[in-house]
Amino acid sequence: MTRADRRKLANGVFVALCGIATAIALSLLVAILWALVGRGLGGMGILLFTSDQPAPGSIGGLRNAIVGSLIMCGLGMAGALVIGILAGTWLAEYASGTRTAATVRFLNDVLLSAPSILIGLFVYELLVAPFGGFSGYAGAVALAFIATPIVVRTTEDILLLQPAELREAGMAVGAGRALVIRRIMWRAARTGLLTGGLLGFARISGETAPLLFTSLGNQFFNADAAQPMASLPTTIFQFALSAYDQWQNLAWAGALLIAVAVLIVNIVGRILARESHLS
Amino acid sequence: MTASSEHGRRPITEPDAATLILEVRQLDFFYGQTQVLFGVDLAVQRGRITALIGPSGCGKSTLLRAINRIYALYPGQRAEGTIRLDGEDVLGSTDLAAVRARIGMVFQKPTPFPMSIYDNVAFGIRLTEKKSKADMDAIVEHALRRAALWDEVKDQLARSGLRLSGGQQQRLCVARGLAVSPQVLLLDEPASALDPISTAKLEQTLFELKQEVTIVLVTHNLQQASRISDHTGFLYRGQMVEFGPTDALFSKPRSTQTRDYLTGRFG
Repeated sequence: MTRADRRKLANGVFVALCGIATAIALSLLVAILWALVGRGLGGMGILLFTSDQPAPGSIGGLRNAIVGSLIMCGLGMAGALVIGILAGTWLAEYASGTRTAATVRFLNDVLLSAPSILIGLFVYELLVAPFGGFSGYAGAVALAFIATPIVVRTTEDILLLQPAELREAGMAVGAGRALVIRRIMWRAARTGLLTGGLLGFARISGETAPLLFTSLGNQFFNADAAQPMASLPTTIFQFALSAYDQWQNLAWAGALLIAVAVLIVNIVGRILARESHLS
Repeated sequence: MTASSEHGRRPITEPDAATLILEVRQLDFFYGQTQVLFGVDLAVQRGRITALIGPSGCGKSTLLRAINRIYALYPGQRAEGTIRLDGEDVLGSTDLAAVRARIGMVFQKPTPFPMSIYDNVAFGIRLTEKKSKADMDAIVEHALRRAALWDEVKDQLARSGLRLSGGQQQRLCVARGLAVSPQVLLLDEPASALDPISTAKLEQTLFELKQEVTIVLVTHNLQQASRISDHTGFLYRGQMVEFGPTDALFSKPRSTQTRDYLTGRFG
């Protein structure tokens, strides 16, 4: 066997191994989706969105959980976007290259990978225990803690990717720094900022652990975030562990709903990203 | 103006005060600990095109960046010496926005803002003045005409500036700079990213503009410097080796370094 033959063989083996690994990863994904669709589709229907969670043995939907999730994710994302974009902007535009920025970035990365149950416990100590009750606001704060580091990171990355000349050109016509950031840099980076927001939203829409300690859950419909609030992940958690077929079916339907929502968010994000490139 | 002879340098062109608009004297520039400009002198005459040539890293762009103080964006960069615009101290000024509005800049890479063509041009004016729609329309049109872009974009002013070709984007940047009526326009290798036709168009534009605005142009392209500039400065290793009327500098360089550079022996 010549050197060239050996190399060809080694190359073939390597490509084959890569292919097998890809197939394993993909088949896991397909298996998850298959199970989700297979078991969740049965529970899908208009009732899922129009009626609240049923008592064991009767029929119903997930309206209370869907509304609770939307409210808490919405509030959480609003907070995360404001804090995250401002903090990321500070890192990229004002503190770039300083030791303080490096420290803040490191801490942000730590927060990015912090176990979400810890964040739930922290917010419990911060907002639930002192004020004597679980609430949707506490849940939203916990979700904001999880989404903020994602937004900080993507904001900083995307701003640093913008050409320095763009910043300089803004200054060169006599604009101040803050104005250049607001009117030029954010606009140039808007696709990336949006992507960061969508990534954060996708992440928190499935979070369960931080909500167990904060918003708790609520078997009734409730749009008042000062009260305990239902959410899809906590309801899925509760129903999936239950002994009732009806509840288990609803858990599958809820899981499918989250998966589809995340998929739609991602697709919308990509379409917006592509369009803003052209305009 | 006896600065140059004081320091034992070859005398530079010595314009009288009436025609002098921008004066750089004994400028040292530092990136942190590293000094990149050493006692640079430059006298820019009103209504003329002044070209700065020299090999990569010689300090041409740094000199431009010192003049409108864009370097002040970066901590660790500092300039020492004197820069005067119409007699007023530039390096000591605390109102950087005002300095930069008087000294426009166009960069090597076209840098249209992510907004419409119209808004790109109007951006600088809106910073300082509230104009009526009609006034603003007139200013935008005038600036685009002077940058020789009007005919190409007049029907699509609401389109994004990012959709223009590279050469059009660069002329949009010129128009944007002109709109705020600066006294001096600095251009840092404005044609290096452009094809020959766009380059010719840009050069033509600059040549016609010099009636109204003084231009300082950094270029790698010696033919470009000789075609359009009135005065040329040759920088080498952070020093102004030679400065004079373009014809004289190109036909009879006084310094052997200049001659070697012009004949392609280095750089």
